[in-house]
Order: sequence, then C-alpha cells, then structure tokens
Amino acid sequence: MTVDRPGTETITEARNLFLSFGETPALRGASLTVRRGESVAVMGPSGSGKSTLLHCLAGILVPDEGEVWSGGQRLDTLSDDRRSALRRDKFGFVFQYGQLVPELTAEENVALPLLLSGTRRGPAMTAARRWFPALGLDGLERRRSGELSGGQAQRVALARGLVADPEVLFADEPTGSLDSVAGELVMELLTAAVRTRGTTVVLVTHDARVAAYADREVVVRDGKVSTLTGVEP
Amino acid sequence: MSVPLTLLGLLEREPSHGYDLKRDYDMYFGRGKPLRYSQVYATLSRLARDGKAIAGPVEQGAGPERRRYVITDSGTSDVERWLTEPAPPEPDLQSELFAKVVLALLLGRPAGRYLDLQRAAHLQRMRELTELKRDGEPLNVLLADHSIYRLEADLRWIDHTAARLDLLARAVRP
Repeated sequence: MTVDRPGTETITEARNLFLSFGETPALRGASLTVRRGESVAVMGPSGSGKSTLLHCLAGILVPDEGEVWSGGQRLDTLSDDRRSALRRDKFGFVFQYGQLVPELTAEENVALPLLLSGTRRGPAMTAARRWFPALGLDGLERRRSGELSGGQAQRVALARGLVADPEVLFADEPTGSLDSVAGELVMELLTAAVRTRGTTVVLVTHDARVAAYADREVVVRDGKVSTLTGVEP
Repeated sequence: MSVPLTLLGLLEREPSHGYDLKRDYDMYFGRGKPLRYSQVYATLSRLARDGKAIAGPVEQGAGPERRRYVITDSGTSDVERWLTEPAPPEPDLQSELFAKVVLALLLGRPAGRYLDLQRAAHLQRMRELTELKRDGEPLNVLLADHSIYRLEADLRWIDHTAARLDLLARAVRP
C-alpha cells in the first residue's frame, strides 16, 4: 500500500533563520516549508548552509534568530531535553557515513532508536530484524559495522532511521560515500520505504541524481533558500 | 547516430527483410522516432550498392518489398570497426544551453534566471526518468540512465556557470 502523498499540512518549517558559527554566517534568512508526506531535496554549493538548515529543522542546532516549527510545535525555544525527546520520538536520521556504533551488531544498531525510547529489548530486536530482508541485508544481522560494505552499512543506517516510524526522515548526503550503483540502491529502498509509510523526507544532497528521487528541490545559496524558479540573477 | 551502420549491425545477426530490421531498430533505438520504411529501403539499397550487403531476389507475398538482405564480409568489417571506434567526445559543444547563456550575457539579460529555470527543467526531467526506471525493464532502465547521466552533466555545467556569471559577463562584454 502506498500512502497518498503529499498532503497540504505543514509538518516542518524554518522561518527566516539566521545562524553564525563565530564570525562566519551559515544561514542568512533561510525559510523552508515542508508538507506532510512530501520529500524535499535541499541542494546547493558546498558551504551554502544546506546541512546547517537541515540541522536546524531537525532540532540539532538552534538558530540565532528565526523560528523552527515541527508539527505545530515551536522547536527552537524548547529546552535541550525536550528537543532531544522530540528528535527521538518524531525524527529519523541518515548521515553520509552511516555512523553506526561499531561495538554493536547491525541489528542492535537498527534497534537503537527503539531501545533509547524505552522499548524492551525483545520487541525492539524483533522490529529491527524485520528490516533486514526488505533492504537486502538478510544474514547480516549479527555483523558489526566493520564487517559491512559501505552500501550495506548505509542500508543498515537507513533501517535505523526508519525503524521507529518517524514523522520526518532527515537525510544528509545519504549516498555521499557510495559508488553510483550502491547509492542508487539506497535511494530506491529509501523511496520505496517512505512512500509506503507516508514519511516526510528532508534530503540534503549536492547530487542531482539523488535529488531526482525527491518530489521537489530547493537550492540554498549564501544561507538563503531559493526555489528554482523566479530567482533574479 | 549512424542509421546505415546500425541497420548493418542488426543485419549481422542473420539475413533479414527490411521489415524485420525496421521493427528491431524501432524497438531498440527508435524510442519515439521510428524509421520510415522508405528510409530503411533506401539505406539497404545503398548498402547493397556499396558492397556491404547483398539483396536477395524479390519474394512472393503481400505488403512491403519482400527481399532478404545478407551482410557481406566488408559490411561485417565496417560494423566491427564502428563498434570499437569512440564516438566524437564533444557532441554538444554548440548546445542551445551554451548559446542562450552567451547571448544573455552579451545582451545584458538575466542569464542567472535562465540557468535557474533550465536547472529546474532538467531536474524535473530527471525526476520523470527516475520514476520511469521503477518499471525495471532493463532496456528502459539503461536508456533512462543514459539520459539521466547526460542531464546530470548539463546540471554540473549549469551550476559551475551560475557560480561564475560575473566573471563571464566581463569576459563577453569587456
């Protein structure tokens, strides 16, 4: 079953964000609205602020100015603890280098978000294992990250990002460390999984072939978001 | 793409009628641009005249010309050489994209806006092709990938150019 998508309800929104790292401005009035169920590719040159924008939307970074909203709740004014809890309960993450915990097996890595949110180990591991056949990872459940190829590790990271059925999946260059064939497989699996569940996706990428899996794209330039049409030179 | 050499290549598989060659050409390579019968038969006549193929006798039957063609050794050599020859590596040097950017810069018009619009159009087409690949039919996937990688090359050029418009504007309008 594929969930009808996208809807018209705003699920995550950045309003006029400013954020500097020391003297270096990263965001200079960035705004973005994402509707429930859609997937948006955030593109832009290196250093344009696209990853910073994603981190603000995901509540990992707090902007100096502006507002971040998620599901009708303002994120940037929450305490660190409440923001962490919201991240854990509502969001999933996939990063460029899967960032699996090397001491854990693949299935323990996938189960991690569930374990952290209080699910008992048995049900968490059962839920985690269900992802392995769907992502072509059969038989790799007990391997550690060092025993997985880059593509396999990234698929494990994808399962970890989706195992808790998040409202929004934030993906930062999810295929950036993979060759074109492995990257394509990750994107096909990601697309199929989020379409089935109606998961919203915010995807940072500099790769147009990856962006083509999203419903639409925006470009970040000099810390601002421009849609691709109607931009003056 | 060379139609004569492609038809000759298809003919290398087995002696064939023009009808069969057209059908296979359209299936593998036509993609919305089918060959006309007249073009197929004119090409086969030229290949026969040049010693690349031999035309058999006209066969009895209804429909278009019923004549079977057989590739010659010379024709086979041509196909073999063509298949190992690199195609010209700069086929799109005089592309419309390039012409529009240069003209916009020359005329002081908004080249950046054009590049943004072109970028959006390219990405939209890439999305359609990516969706097309989901049917999984290997030839369609192969063809879609070919188009996607070419569009991606254009997009890289578009981004590269967009980042240097000021410099380029000074170069064309000193």
